[in-house]
This record gives sequence, structure tokens and C-alpha cells, in this order.
Amino acid sequence: MMTLAFIVSFFCVSLAQVLAMVRLIKGPCVGDRILALDTMAVNAIALLILLGLAGGTQIYFEAALIFAMLGFVSTVAYARFVLRGDIIE
Amino acid sequence: MSLILIVLAPFLGALLPAVMANAGRRTCALTTLTVSAVALVGLVSRVPEVLAGDMPVAQVEWMPELGLNFTLMLDGLGLFFAALILGIGCLVIIYARYYLSRDDNMGEFFTYLLLFQGAMLGIVLSDNILVLLVFWELTSLSSFLLIGYWKHLPDGRQGARMALTVTGMGGLAMIGGMLILGRIAGSYDLSVILENREAIQASPLYLPALLLILLGCFTKSAQFPFHFWLPHAMAAPTPVSAYLHSATMVKAGIFLMARLWPVLSGTEVWFYLVAGTGLVTMVIGAVVALFKDDLKALLAFSTVSQLGLITFLLGTGSAYAAVAAVFHILNHAIFKCALFMTAGIVDHEAGTRDIRRLGGLWRLMPVTFAIALISGLSLAGVPLFNGFPSKEMMLEEATHVTFFGPEWLVPALATVGALFSAAYSFRLIGHAFLGAKRDDYPAKPHDPGIGMWGPPALLCVLVLVIGILPWLAQPAVFFVAQSVLGTTADIPEGLYLKLWPGITEALMMSAISLAGGLVVLLLFRPAAWLWTAAHVPHAKSIFDGIVAGAVALSRGLTQPLHDGAFTRYAMIFAVAVAALSGHAWLTGEVGPPTREPLPMNEVAVAGWLMLVTATAAIVVFHRNRLFALILMGIVGLMVSIGFALFSAPDLAMTQISVEVVTIILLLLALNFLPDETPRESSGLRRLRDGTVAVVGGLMAAGLSYHLLLRDFVEPSISAYQLENSYKGGGGTNVVNVILVDFRGFDTFGEIIVLGIAAVVIYALTEALLSGPVRAKLLNRRPEKDLAGDMHPLMMVVLTRVIMPLVLMVGVYIFLRGHNMPGGGFIAGLIVAIGLVMQYMASGYYWAADRQRYPFHGIIGAGVLVAGITGIGAWFAGYPFLTSSYGYITIPPLEEFEWASAMGFDLGVFLAVVGAVMLSLESFARMARRRDQKDSEHAMDIDPSRKETT
Repeated sequence: MMTLAFIVSFFCVSLAQVLAMVRLIKGPCVGDRILALDTMAVNAIALLILLGLAGGTQIYFEAALIFAMLGFVSTVAYARFVLRGDIIE
Repeated sequence: MSLILIVLAPFLGALLPAVMANAGRRTCALTTLTVSAVALVGLVSRVPEVLAGDMPVAQVEWMPELGLNFTLMLDGLGLFFAALILGIGCLVIIYARYYLSRDDNMGEFFTYLLLFQGAMLGIVLSDNILVLLVFWELTSLSSFLLIGYWKHLPDGRQGARMALTVTGMGGLAMIGGMLILGRIAGSYDLSVILENREAIQASPLYLPALLLILLGCFTKSAQFPFHFWLPHAMAAPTPVSAYLHSATMVKAGIFLMARLWPVLSGTEVWFYLVAGTGLVTMVIGAVVALFKDDLKALLAFSTVSQLGLITFLLGTGSAYAAVAAVFHILNHAIFKCALFMTAGIVDHEAGTRDIRRLGGLWRLMPVTFAIALISGLSLAGVPLFNGFPSKEMMLEEATHVTFFGPEWLVPALATVGALFSAAYSFRLIGHAFLGAKRDDYPAKPHDPGIGMWGPPALLCVLVLVIGILPWLAQPAVFFVAQSVLGTTADIPEGLYLKLWPGITEALMMSAISLAGGLVVLLLFRPAAWLWTAAHVPHAKSIFDGIVAGAVALSRGLTQPLHDGAFTRYAMIFAVAVAALSGHAWLTGEVGPPTREPLPMNEVAVAGWLMLVTATAAIVVFHRNRLFALILMGIVGLMVSIGFALFSAPDLAMTQISVEVVTIILLLLALNFLPDETPRESSGLRRLRDGTVAVVGGLMAAGLSYHLLLRDFVEPSISAYQLENSYKGGGGTNVVNVILVDFRGFDTFGEIIVLGIAAVVIYALTEALLSGPVRAKLLNRRPEKDLAGDMHPLMMVVLTRVIMPLVLMVGVYIFLRGHNMPGGGFIAGLIVAIGLVMQYMASGYYWAADRQRYPFHGIIGAGVLVAGITGIGAWFAGYPFLTSSYGYITIPPLEEFEWASAMGFDLGVFLAVVGAVMLSLESFARMARRRDQKDSEHAMDIDPSRKETT
């Protein structure tokens, strides 16, 4: 039962990744692309958690924590760049 | 005093003058003098042992596996030179105290001087030729600093560079020679080498070794045709010339020839090469010296000539000549040092060293004149002065030497050399001091204070004592000469150092040369005219030509490969990789696959698909810079996930942190660049580059694919590291143990490089901001309209709240790094990102105002902490960076492991934080505009305001 759940969830998250990337490439504006990249980062965290569950180890959770804590910084940086040009004003 | 301490005293003492420079000139000079005097006293305290026939030895093991030990010994020859170096050193220090003007940085001067003194002592006391080489190079370097001491004078800088080039090249040659010599003898210890005369001279490698070593000696001792650097080194302050260019450094080559005399001399090559070079140098130097108008240039060429004389004596290979050489080294050091000091006094007091503008000084500067007269007559080789007896011995030796047949050749050349020596000495006295008083001296000539004339006067006393009573010097000279000869020969029976040799051929030659010298001086005007008309090629222009040729050649080689265009480097790299893998594919054999490929699951497929698509999209859209950066974000994300997927969570963490920092850095840089990259290269060129990229990529991919499916032919080192990680390094996280323990030294180097890179970024920013670009940057206007807040409330609050969390995670990751994924590097990146968030939220000024420690300091502290941790191992008797670990229990907590590697990891952490922040901050500083003001407030709106409708 668990195996099936893993397969389904891995499939869904991977699909979400691919779809996010389609949006990223299609655009059409920069905002879409930045949001798509952010979505990909969120999906990456989900993938890490799933990996941790499937492998039965906690180490992935820490990696996921760091992704969550730091991943948003690059999104903010992109957004600031688009809005203000200078990210450290 | 231990020999090691004697050699180290000047090196350790070199710190003092620099520190004392602010305590006044007198204190500074006295400190320096004390250092030299302490070393001298230490040396004297070992004299009785040497005289008793012992050879004091001191040894510290350095790298015994390579035969490289820090071994010092004190024999007669070493003692003689060490006494010269320290004795004359003391006099020069006193003289320099009064010579240097108030504008000169005395601390700097004396620091260089002591460094040089230590290096010279090292040369003469080394028992290991590799250690000797180290000191040899040190004298080249420290003399470079001394010659170029007056940095504002182009002559000084050029002279220093020339001296370094010539002596440095010689030093390189000598390294080769010494290595060959050590290989033949089977040891790098001088004491062993000196006992292997037969083996060395019989070896087929004797000739190359001899040539290379002589190249080093000849360049150092300014022998023809390498003599030209010495006159140009005269741009140095006079105390330097008096010390380096009369008594010490230029004698280093002579010293080495004397030191290796027992093993190298006595062969035909040695005889013709050394004696011939010496003779030629003696004559050419003397002739050129006569026509030099600059007092110091005259003395420089005279030194070249006198060094040639000594080289000639060493070259002839007889025991008698060795005695004469030692005697003349002593005499020359004494009178030439006094002469240089006199030249310095004249320059100092009369304002010029140009002989044509001098004359008649004897009335104005009687004391100086007396000194110049005594030492000048000694240089000329007049009886009753110390230059005479040793020159007599040289002429005597010359009558016994024949070159290629004709018996008269060598004596005639020696007489010509002596004749011109007498002539330029007389010219020095006659044209500069005698004659009528003039009224157009640049300054008012007068005698200086005793501080300046005292040291040369003391030397003059020695000139007279040895000149009149040469037998006083006899025991010392014979003792030293015997140590030059070693066991190969004895001092000839019945040889005495005496004032009156009796009527001999040598005396006749001497008389001819003195009389001839006077005649030449009387005929000076026509002779000088002839000399000018002859247009003798100038050595400097030849040297400059050679250097320019070498530079052009290396430029021609470097420029096409290294022209600053990244595309070219990438191209060279790709082609090289493609060629190598093509070669491997065509010539090597590929065994059957030994590993099963992993099954393809949906995550892997999706990851692969995204990597490929993102990469392809970059190729298509790369002209839009921001889009390209976002696409790179996908690649970074996917690689991180990939690391996690293949069980390397720490790499995943590192990758994602590096990713964030990189994006911030690139966005900061993109701010200065246009949105689109213009299309610059032609279609054909793009086709070519594309082909290279595709071929290179396919080759690399094919290679990786094949490697991944097979085990390595040789077992890899991983097994060892896995096994020893806990046993040896006390950590279960192998990656971290490799970083801080197994390969700790590499990491140490890496954090230093990282720090240097960051500091260079800072320096470049600083240079940019202090140049003309500054105004342009300050007045820059944003190209597009700006939207949103400068410091948005949401971001400020969020980053402020998240900061402690980030720091805590950083500490956690750092502490457990030794055993679990983590470590100083990741922790450093995490903390740096936490800090950058504050900069982004509240702005540069606000954050920089709250930054208590400068980031350069943090880098430095990191390197220091890592270094000190490494050195800590020494106290336990282990090599640098050996780590140890243990367990402690702090009561309320559980048992806790400590490892000394943690201190090292702390260094890594600090260096990473400092380097990341310094480079990001530098970029941010460049983007400051004039219309942005330093703000005291963290955000732009007041959250506590009352809403009014």
C-alpha cells in the first residue's frame, strides 16, 4: 500500500515540476517565470520529504529545512531585481 | 651562543628596527647595532673551539627524507666571512645612522639590512647545500629591497630589478648545479661532499654541475660578462654599497668557490674557466673604472676588477694562490668599504659624486681626504698599505701561470690590470681631492661628524696596520686558507706574509704598474677622448634588449592562449577534453560493464528532462540575461535534488546555499549590465563554436557513461578514507573529516585563496570607486521606472524574525558537522545568507552601520584560527594540522565529543562568512547612487502610525 502511495506521490510531484517548468519557459512575463521557479523550489522540498519518508531517514528532512529556509531568498532577490534593479539598496 | 641563534639573531632582530622606527633615529640605529653586536659576540664566543680544531655543528631536522636538514657549521672559512659580515655590518650601521636623511624611513632600511645580514650569515655557516641555496636566494631578495630602497628614484628601481634578474638567474642555475653535486656525492651535506673529491671529479656529471655552480658564483660576484648589474646597483644608498657591494654579497660567489675549492678545483676546466674569467674581469673592470666619472661607478668597476683578481687566484688552484686569495678578500673588504663610505661622505657633503665637478676637496675636507688617501693608495697597491702585499702575491702567482702556451701572457695581463687599478685609484685621489679649490660645488663641502668618518677611519687604521705589519694577519690568514684547502693541500713551507718581498719579478711588475698608472693619469684627457671615440657597447642596452626579447617571446606564447576572452579558454578546454577522450577511445580498451545501471523512476526521468530542457533553453534564450539566470536556477535546483537522490545530502545543502549566493552575486552584477547581450560574432563563428561545444559535450558524456558503468581499474582511495575516518579523525562524516583532517592542508590553502579572492574584489571596488568612474556610478539613473518600496515592511519583518533561526541552524550544522552532514563550509554559507537578507531588506547603509567587525577582519580571523589550530599540533609533538579528539561530559548535557578539527572548521566557517560577505558587499557598494541617503530606519514606513481617513 505504501509503495503505491509513494509511486503516486512521486509521480505527482514530478509532474508538477515539469508543468512548472513549462510555465517557466513559456512565460510570458518575468513574474511568471520567477513564480514558476519558486514553485519548483517548493516541489523540490516536497520531493526531499518524500525521499526521506521512502528511505526512512531524517537527514533529508534537514536538507528540506535548509531548502525552505534559504530557497525563498533567491525568489526575493529576483523579485527585487525586477522591481528595483538594485537588490541591496 | 648556538650557531642557530647566531644566524637567527639578525632575522629575529629584523623586526625590531621597524617597531623602533617611531622611537627616534638614534634608538632605531642603536637597536639594530645591538642585534648585530649580539650576533658578533656570539660568534666570538665560539672562536676558541674553532681555533682548537673543533668544528662546532648545530642541526635541526627539517626534511630528512630529502636530505634537507638545517645544519650549520663553523670552520675557519665560515668564521672569517661571518666575522667580516658582522664586523663590517656594525660599522655600516653606525655610518648609515648618520648617512640617512630625516626623510628616509630608517626602520625599513635597517630591517632590510638585518634580513640581508642574516641571509649572508646563513650562506657562510650552512653545512647543507640546500639550506645554503635558500639563504643564497634570500640574499638576492634582500639585496633587491636594499638596492631599490629609494623607491622614488627610477635608477634605484631599475638597478634593483637588474640585480635581481641577474643574480636570480644565476641562483636558478646554481640550484641545478647543487642538486647534481648532491646527487653525485650521495649527500647534500657539505662535510660529506668535501670528502668526495675523486668521485665528483670522475663523474660524467662533473662538468654540468661545475658550469651551473660557476654560473651562480659569477653572477653573484659580478664576473665578466655578468658584471654589469653591479654598477647599476650603485643607485642604492651608499651604506648598502659599502656593505653589499664591497664586503659581503659580491663576496658570496667568491666564498662559494673557496668553499667548494677542494672538490671542484684542480681540473683543466676549472683552471681555464675560473682563472680565465677572473683575469679578463680584472682587466676589463680596471679599464672601464678609469673612465667612469661617477665616484661610485668608478668604485663599482674597481670592485668588479678586484673580484676578478680574487677569482683568478682561486682559479689557478695552487695552495699559494689560495693564501693570497684569502688575504686579498680581507684587504679588499677593508679598504673598499672605507672608499665607498668616503664616496658617500663626498656625495653627502659636496652634493655630487661626479669627479668632473669635484677637485680641491683636500683643503675643505681634510679628514675625509686623509681617509680617501689611505684607502685609495691601498687600492692602488702602494707599499705600506694593505692592498700591496696581497697584490704582490697575486703578481707572483701570475708569473707561474701560463695560458695556452706563451709564458708572458698572464703576467702581462695581470700587470695591465694592476696598472689600470693604480691609474683609477690615483684618479680618484687626484681628480676628486687634489687640485685647485673650486667655487661651484653644489653644496658647501665640509667634514662630516665623527659618526660618518669614524667607521672608515677605523678601517684605515686596519689598512695601515696590515700594510706595515702584514705578519700580524698571518696566523688568521693561514688558518682560513688551510680551511679552504681542506685536506687536499697544505700551506707551502716557508711562506710568510711580508711587507718587503725582496727584488722579484713581481716587484718589478708592481713598480711598472704604479709608474704606468701615474703616466696614464697624466695622459687622462687624450685617453678619455679615445675611450669615448671607441663606443664600447653599453651593457645595460644589451641587457635591456635581451629582457625585451624574452618578454616578447613569452608574450607571443601567452597572448594567443590567454587573451582574457572566456570563450577562448572554454574552447581550448573543450577541444582538449574532446581530443583526450577521443584518444582514450581509439587507443584504450573498454572492458564489459561491471555495474548494473540504476532503474529509471519517474523522479529521475523528470529531473533528466528538466536538466536537458533548461540547458537547451539557455542556448536559445541566453541573450536575455535575466531569463538565462532563472534557467540556471533550474539547473542548480535539479543538481541539488540529484545530490540528495544519490545519498549526498550534505552536497545538496552546500549546492543550494551556493546557488542562492551565486544568484545574489549575479543579480548584483546584472544591475550594471544591459538586459540583452548583443550579438557580436558572425554566423560562421557561432557554427564553429557550436560544433566544438557539441563534440566536447558528447565526448565528455560518453566518457562519464562508460566510467559510471565500470569499476575503476585501480582500487580507489575511498575505502581507506571510510575505514580511517572515525579511527583516525574521530568523525563519522567522511566528507568533513577529509576536509578538515585528511586533506586539511589543502583546505587551509583553499580558505586562504578564498580570502585573497574576496580581498581582491574589495580592492578592485576600492580602486574603481576612487577613480574617475566614481562620479559616473554615483550619478547613475535607473534605466526603468522603479516600483514598490525600497525597504518593504513585509520583508524587513520576515528577515528579522528568521535571522535567529538561520543563525541557530548555522550553529547546529556547524557543531554536528564532524559526524553528520554539515560542517564549517555549509554553516558559513547559511550564516552569510542570513546576513545578506538583512542587507536586502533594510538596505546597505542600515546594515553596514550595524556591522561591528569588518569582513576582512573576519576572513583574517578565520585563517588565523585555522592556522593556530594547525600549529597547536606542534606542541603535542605532531606535524602541522594533526588533529586529535576525545570526549567530555558537561553535567546537564550528554557525553560530548570534542575534536581539535573543530577549531580548524571554525576557521573555515569564519573565512567563508567573511569572503562571501565581503564580495557581496563590495558589489553592493558600487551600486550606491547619490540620491540614496544613509537611513537610520529599517523600513520606509512607520508601522506604528495611526490610519487617518
